[in-house]
Amino acid sequence: MHYDTSFPAFSTRFIPVWRRNFLVWKKLAGSSILGNIADPMISLMAFGFGLGSLLPSVGGVPYIQFLAAGTVCMSTMNAATFESLYSAFSRMHVQRTWDGIMNAPVSLEDVVLGELTWAASKAFLSGLAIMIVVWIMGLAGGPQSALVLGVVVLVGVTFSAIGLVVNALAHAYDTFTYYFTLVVTPMAFVSGVFFPVAQLPAWLRAISEFLPLSHAVALARPLLLGQWPQAPLLHIAVLLLYTVVAAYVAIVLTRRRLLS
Amino acid sequence: MNAPLEKPRENPGPEADTRDAGAHALEVRDLAKAYGDTGVVNGLSFAIPRGTCFGLLGPNGAGKTTTLRMCLGLIEPDAGSIRLLDHAVPTDARTARARVGVVPQQDNIDPDFTVEENLLVYARYFGMTGKQARERIPYLLDFANLESKRDARIQTLSGGMKRRLTLARALVNDPDLVFLDEPTTGLDPQARHLIWERLRRLMNAGKTLLLTTHFMDEAERLCDTLAIIDHGRKIAEGSPRELIAEHIEPEVVEIYGDGAVAWMQSLGDRATQLANRIEQSGETVFAYTRDPALLMEDLGHRHDLRYMHRPANLEDVFIKLTGRELRD
Repeated sequence: MHYDTSFPAFSTRFIPVWRRNFLVWKKLAGSSILGNIADPMISLMAFGFGLGSLLPSVGGVPYIQFLAAGTVCMSTMNAATFESLYSAFSRMHVQRTWDGIMNAPVSLEDVVLGELTWAASKAFLSGLAIMIVVWIMGLAGGPQSALVLGVVVLVGVTFSAIGLVVNALAHAYDTFTYYFTLVVTPMAFVSGVFFPVAQLPAWLRAISEFLPLSHAVALARPLLLGQWPQAPLLHIAVLLLYTVVAAYVAIVLTRRRLLS
Repeated sequence: MNAPLEKPRENPGPEADTRDAGAHALEVRDLAKAYGDTGVVNGLSFAIPRGTCFGLLGPNGAGKTTTLRMCLGLIEPDAGSIRLLDHAVPTDARTARARVGVVPQQDNIDPDFTVEENLLVYARYFGMTGKQARERIPYLLDFANLESKRDARIQTLSGGMKRRLTLARALVNDPDLVFLDEPTTGLDPQARHLIWERLRRLMNAGKTLLLTTHFMDEAERLCDTLAIIDHGRKIAEGSPRELIAEHIEPEVVEIYGDGAVAWMQSLGDRATQLANRIEQSGETVFAYTRDPALLMEDLGHRHDLRYMHRPANLEDVFIKLTGRELRD
């Protein structure tokens, strides 16, 4: 099989692709926002207060405060993943919207970039909504918590790019069940979302160090609590590396899928 | 089945070489594309003079859609050259596509939008502003006869309306050249006639059309020139009339029903006197002839046979050149 590995040439034509998705979203915004926000909020409350009442402080803070940063990162990841899998697949494969767009002077790179930025935008909205709840409930520790929104942007972009790799490989919606069950959900458990990574056996801790969600949580948690992360540049670099590599792989695989 | 008395003409070769570049909306030379060991397009050449309608005819799997996609710069050819509106493809395909409209084989209208939103959103892919698009949309809705459906959801449109919307969408950028990949497949006669009428309007407005179709009457009606391709090769090219004159006897008698095949077998040596060529397809016998008088007289005595005498058409040429076997 032939792979076109040439360097992607992006242009500003990704913007109308983004706007197309935004226009659809605007029409259904009500239910979309509700689904994006209500779900993680309910689990934050349930686990935070319910489970939290049974626990001593975790990592030096009440459990719900500990859980808040994890929830922000996880629901941002989930929103980005959902959009770049199910929604992008509908547009690419089921509705053939991408084919229509590429008959216009819009390149495949621009379509993929438009989808990536769109999925990241929706993910940002998810992360932002939870942060607003966090602020209202007084769970945030200081002005640094505003920077969590920067982490949310990074997490959204990273997982949108990774999602688009899976999208390019998918045969049907069923493929995504595997990805969620075998990758996304387990990752949440070993990335420090629900409990400190230090609780993990050494071998899982080693794996955890390579996972993008771990680095996202390692950035977001201290910021949310009003502290500074210990190795911010490392975490940012890992997330950016995942993004760049995944976006490139997604483009090469999507080219093979649609343009050969 | 009798063998054809005439040999099909050899591949006419790349005539494009001698033609003037600027005069053609699309020029394709020696195009080739293979998947694995299977050559889908094998050295195809053609050129479309500006302002004309060019038809690409061929059985399923002949390489029509692959050729269109290569011409749009969506698939890279293994060999050959393409000039689309004076731009080299695929290198400059994106620039060229700004002046091209595409009606794909499969409708891919956006189901999340109304008719008008579809046009608006598609205009933005060409870099048009919302204002420019809104100025253009009334003309497009009028052209597609969809004014009353401006705010309709796509799910409520009939097949013909969807096709017309796809055509309107392809014209959003006022293209010089329109690619139409089987534009009327699946439509009822009324809907087809409306599409044909609109395509003729486009030709009158000086647009160049590249049409693929299975419908020979459609090709005969619309195309100035057409190329019949099979197995990725051009096997004939010319105007519909030229092709008929060149490749086939002018008159056809179709004999069908119970006794038709037995009648054919009973002819023996007389067959060559009655017709230039006789072929059987299922229960129907096709007699191709320059002078049907003797044949008609013979059939006049056979009240048990049903038959139809008609002028030869493009479908006869197509069948002669590409054979009668099914292509699945």
